[in-house]
Amino acid sequence: MSKSNDSQSAQEPLIALRGITKSFPGVLANDHVDLDIYGGEVHALLGENGAGKSVLMKILYGFYHADAGRILLNGESITIQSPHDARNVRIGMVFQDLNLIPVFSVAENIALFLPDLKAVLNPKEIDRRIIEISERYNLKVDPHALVSQISIGEQQKAEILKLLLSDARLLILDEPTRVLAPHEVEALFGVLDNLRKDGYAIILITHKMKEVLECADRITVLRRGRVAGTMPRAEASEDKLVALMFEKELAGLKINPRGGVDKALEPLLELRDVETYSEGTGTSLKGINLKIYPGEIVGVAGVSGNGQKELCDVVLGMELCAKGRKFLYGNDLTNHSIQTMRKNGVAFTPENPLSMASVPFMTVLENMALTNTWRYSRRGGFSMDWQAVRADVEETEKRLGFAVNLYSLARSLSGGNLQRMVIIREMTHTPRLIIASYLTRGLDVQSAIAARQALVQARESGAGVLLVSEDLDELFTLSDRLIVLYGGKIVGEFKPEETDIYECGHLMTGSEVQHVAKS
Amino acid sequence: MSLLAILGVLSSAIFSGISLLYTTLGEIIDERAGIINLGLEGVLLVSASSGFAVTFVSGNPYLGVSVAMLVGGLMNMILGYLVINRQANQLASGLTLMFFGFGLSALIGKPYVGAKIDGLPRIPLPGISDLPTLYTSLFSFDILIYLAIPVAILVWWLLFRTRWGLGLRAVGENAETAFASGRNPRLIRYQALFTGGLLAGLGAAHLSIAYTMTWAEYMTAGRGFIAVALVIFSRWHPMQAIAGALIFSGAVAFQLLLQSSGVEISPLLLDTIPYVLTLLVLIAWGGNRKQSAPASLGRVFYGSE
Amino acid sequence: MSQRADTYTRSLFSSPKILNNVVVRYLLMILLVFVFFGLILLISGKDPIQSYKDIFTSTLGSAYGFSEIIVAMIPMLITALAVAFPWRAGLINIGGEGQLYIGAAFATWGALTFQDLPAWILLPLMMLLGMLGGALWAFIPGYLKAIGLVNETITTLLLNSVAPKIVGFLIFGFWHSAMDTVKTANFVPAALLPTFFGTRIHLGFIIALVLLALFWFVMKYTRWGLEMRAIGGNPQAARRNGIPLKGYLIVVMCIGGAIAGLAGMSQVSGFYGVLLLNFSMGLGFMGFLISWLAGGQPIGILLMSFVVAIITTGGNLLQLTRDLPYAVINILLAFTLFIVLARPKFFERKKT
Repeated sequence: MSKSNDSQSAQEPLIALRGITKSFPGVLANDHVDLDIYGGEVHALLGENGAGKSVLMKILYGFYHADAGRILLNGESITIQSPHDARNVRIGMVFQDLNLIPVFSVAENIALFLPDLKAVLNPKEIDRRIIEISERYNLKVDPHALVSQISIGEQQKAEILKLLLSDARLLILDEPTRVLAPHEVEALFGVLDNLRKDGYAIILITHKMKEVLECADRITVLRRGRVAGTMPRAEASEDKLVALMFEKELAGLKINPRGGVDKALEPLLELRDVETYSEGTGTSLKGINLKIYPGEIVGVAGVSGNGQKELCDVVLGMELCAKGRKFLYGNDLTNHSIQTMRKNGVAFTPENPLSMASVPFMTVLENMALTNTWRYSRRGGFSMDWQAVRADVEETEKRLGFAVNLYSLARSLSGGNLQRMVIIREMTHTPRLIIASYLTRGLDVQSAIAARQALVQARESGAGVLLVSEDLDELFTLSDRLIVLYGGKIVGEFKPEETDIYECGHLMTGSEVQHVAKS
Repeated sequence: MSLLAILGVLSSAIFSGISLLYTTLGEIIDERAGIINLGLEGVLLVSASSGFAVTFVSGNPYLGVSVAMLVGGLMNMILGYLVINRQANQLASGLTLMFFGFGLSALIGKPYVGAKIDGLPRIPLPGISDLPTLYTSLFSFDILIYLAIPVAILVWWLLFRTRWGLGLRAVGENAETAFASGRNPRLIRYQALFTGGLLAGLGAAHLSIAYTMTWAEYMTAGRGFIAVALVIFSRWHPMQAIAGALIFSGAVAFQLLLQSSGVEISPLLLDTIPYVLTLLVLIAWGGNRKQSAPASLGRVFYGSE
Repeated sequence: MSQRADTYTRSLFSSPKILNNVVVRYLLMILLVFVFFGLILLISGKDPIQSYKDIFTSTLGSAYGFSEIIVAMIPMLITALAVAFPWRAGLINIGGEGQLYIGAAFATWGALTFQDLPAWILLPLMMLLGMLGGALWAFIPGYLKAIGLVNETITTLLLNSVAPKIVGFLIFGFWHSAMDTVKTANFVPAALLPTFFGTRIHLGFIIALVLLALFWFVMKYTRWGLEMRAIGGNPQAARRNGIPLKGYLIVVMCIGGAIAGLAGMSQVSGFYGVLLLNFSMGLGFMGFLISWLAGGQPIGILLMSFVVAIITTGGNLLQLTRDLPYAVINILLAFTLFIVLARPKFFERKKT
C-alpha cells in the first residue's frame, strides 16, 4: 500500500475500504472496491451516473451494509452498522439534500448534533464555539439566522460546521457544488484547503472535472461499480480522467446512419429562452432553446441533477416557465395545463413509474385509463367504457410486441412491468411528442429492448421524442440529435456521428478542454 | 360602564381562563413534538373529576391537584400508545380518548355531582388589601393563578433553553433528523405527552378545585377544543398563549360588559371570535414557514401517518 | 353497451380468501365489543345476560324497537358518507359537525319562510337548501386547501365550533318560537319528512340509502370516481396524467359538505320537526369515526352504523330500565375504537 512518491507512505490510511461489494436487485453497485483515505488530503471520488460513488460512501456512513468487504480504521477492522456508529468514529457526511431543520436557527441545528451538549443550553457558549470554528476555516454564517432564510451556500456552510463541531475528522461531501454559485464554489475550495492543512480527511464525491483538478490531492475514478483507476493530482489530466470514466469500448460504437430530418416541417416543440426557477436543491434551467421536429429523437445527455427533471417537467407543463415561451405545433402554450398538453398528444414516461405515474392500489386497466379519462367516459361521465380501454390497450400491445396483465394491481408489478405498463399507456392514441425520462433505468434487458423499440416505432410514424438518459450507449444508438445538459444549460448540440464519447464526457463534466472530435 | 364592572370582567376572565392557559401550554408541548390531541376534552374531564373526588374525600386540595395532574399524564399515555406504538391515526385516536374521558369522568364524578368543597385558598393580590372588600374579593387569586405566568415562562424555558426541549422540537419538525442526532423520537414523544398531560391536569384541577369548587358533567364546556384552537392562534409559542388565553376567555366576559353598557351583541356570536381569529391568523400566516405548524404535525393533516 | 367495471373488484367478492378477511374482521370486532360490554355490566353490578336480553328484545326483538335502531342510524349513515366521499380523494373532512348545522339552518329558513308551499315542493327545496348550506361551509376549507395555504383538517375543526353558535344566534335572534327561546316554532306538516308504518323512520332513511348507493356507483363506475381515486391514491401521478387537482379538491370538499348539510336537514325535518339549539350531539364526529371504522366502504358504513346505533339505543334503554349510567356507553364506544385503532394482528388489512 505504500506510495513511492509521496510523504504519506509513512502513514497508515485513516480509513481503508477493502473489497467492498454491494448489490441491489438487478445491479451490482460496488464490485470489490478498494479505497484508501489519508488524513490531510482531499480525495475526489469521480464517476458518472450509476458508477457507485454514492453507494460506497453510504456504506461508509452506515446507511447501507456491504455484502462483502471490510472497513479499516487506522489499520483495525471496524463495523459500521448505522450513522451513529459512523459518527462515533468521527466520520461525517453532508448529503445533497441538506439535513437541516428549516425553522431552527443555524446554532440550534448545530447544537442538536453536539455530542457534549449541556442539559441547560448555553447560547453564548454555543455561539462562541461556532464563531471560533467558522472564523478559523472561513465558514462565515450568522448563528442566529434561520436556516430557511439563508442561501443554499450558507446552509452548506452550516452543515460543514455541524460536522466539525461534532468532532468529525473525516468529512464526506456528496456533490457539494451542484447548488452553488461560482464564487461560492471558490469559497468552498478555500475552506477545504484550510481543513486539509489541519489534518482533516475529506472525500469529495463529484462528476465535475474542474473541481477535481482544482482541489483534489488524489483522485479515484469509479466506473460501473469498479475502481477504474487511482492517481495523485500531479498525474491526472482531463483526457485521462474522461477516458477512465467512460468505457473505452463504446468509442467504437456503431451508429446507424439515418436520413436527415426534414427541417422544412414545423417543429413539434419549441422552447425559446426558457428559464425555470427551482427552489432548494433543484436545478434552475437557464436560456433553453430547443426544437424538436417530427420523426426525430433528441437525446439529452448529462449527469442527473443538471436540469433533466426540470426540462421534462417544463415541457409537460408540470413546471412553470419563469421566462421564455413554449410552442407546441406552432401554438404558444406557455404555462398551459398538463391536461391541455396531453390532449394535444404529448406523452410522458417518467423515471419512476411507481411514484410518479401510477396509482398503486389500482389495477393496470384502471391506470391505463387515467391519461385519457375524457376519451373513455360515456354518458357524460357516468360510466367508463372499459371495453374500449381494453381494445385500445390490446391494439397498442400488438403494435409494440409486449403486454402486461390488465388485472394485476399496479403495486404488485415489477419495475420492468410497470415501465411497460406506462409505455403502453403513453403510446396508445399515437402521441405526437413523447417525453421519455430515463426510459430504461432499472429495467431488465428484455424490457429495455422493448422500450427502445417502442420509441423507434414512434419515430418512424412521425412522432418527436425527447429522450433523457444516463446511458450513453443508448443515447448514441437512438438519437438523431444529441444535446448535453450541464448546470441547467445546454452546453452542446450535435449529431451522434459528429462527436464521440469523450467530447460528450467533457461537456457532461463541465470540462473546458475542447476535445477535438474524430471526423 | 363603571370601573367595578370592568374589573369584574377582568377578574372573571382571569378565573375562567387560567385552566385554558394551562391546558394550552400542555398541548403546545405535545404539538411541538408532533402530536395533536383531540381528546383533551376527555382528559380534562377525567382529571377534573378525579381531582375533585380526592379533594372531597381527603379534604386536602393540594392532594387533589396532584392527583389531577397525574391522571392527566396517564390519560395522555393512552393516546401515546395508540399514536406512537400502533401508529394509529392521530385524529381518530384523540376522539377515542375524548369518548373514554366522557364516560370515565361521569362514572368517577357520579357520587359527587353538585358537592361543594373549600378548594384552594385565595390570597389577595399583594398591595390591595387596603381597598374595600369588593375589590379585594375580585382580585383574590388562588396559587394556581399566581403560578400561571411563571409556569408559562417555565414551559418556554423548557422548550427553548434546554437540551430536552431542543430534541423535542427537532422530533416535531423532522423525526429522522432527530434520530440521526442520536435521539429516540418515540421516547421523546411519550415524554412530551406525559408532560403535556400534567399541565392539562393542572388546568382541569384549577377548574374544579379552585374556580368552581364543584363537579358537574361536561363542566369543561369545550375547553379542550378551545385549547387546540388556542395553540394554533398562539403559533405554538408559550408566551403568546398567555395573551391568547386572555382574549379567548375574555370574549365571554367581554360580552357581559357590553350588555351592561347597553350594547346588544349576541353572546353566541362573540363566542365565535376566538375561532374566527384563529382562522384569520392561519390564512394570514399560512405561507410563512416560521409561523406554521411543526413540520411533522403537518403530516398528520395530510393523512400520511 | 355492457359496462364491465374493473374486474378486480368483482374478484374481491368471489375469491373466498379475501372475503374471509373483510367479513371476519368485522364480526370479530363486534364480538369483542359485546364481550367487553358484558364485562363492564358485570363490574357495574348489572346482570349482563339479563341486560343483553333486555337490549335485544326491545331493539331487535320488536318491530318498533328495530325501527328505533334505524332512526338512530339515519344521521350516522349520512355523516359517515360526508367523510368517506372526500376521503377517496385524500381529503380529511372532520367538519361534518359544522356543515350539518349550517345545512340544518338553511333548511330551517326554507321551512319557516315558505310555509304555504305543498310538501312535494317544500321538501326538495329544503333538501337543496340543506346541501347548499353544507357546501358553503365546506367551501372555505376546500379552497384554502386547494391553493395550498391551510390544510382542511384544521379549518374544518375550527369551523365546527363556529357553526353551532351561528345557529344558536339565528334561533335566539330571529327564529325562536313564542314559548321557547332554545328552539324554533314547530315546522309545518309540509316541511316534515314523512314517516313510515307508524314508526319514527323518516324519509331520511331512503335518502341515506340512495346516497350510499350513489356513492358506491360513482366510485366504481364513473369517470369522476376514477379520477378521485387516482388523486387519493397518488396525487402526483394524477397531476401528471392531466387530472385537474385543484378543481377536484374544491368540488369534492363541497360535495362532502353538501352531504353533511343534508344530514342536518334530515334531522331537523325528519326527526325533530324543529330546529333545536345544539341538536347534534357529536353526530359529525360520530360520522367521522364510523367512516373510519368502515374503511370508507359503503357496506362497512351500513354495518358500523348499525352496530353503533344498537350500542347507543341499547345504552339509552339500559339507562332507563336498569339505571345504567350513559357514561358506560361512552366507554364502550371508546373501547371499540381503541381495538380498531390498536390494530391487533388479525385485524390487519392493506391500506386501500
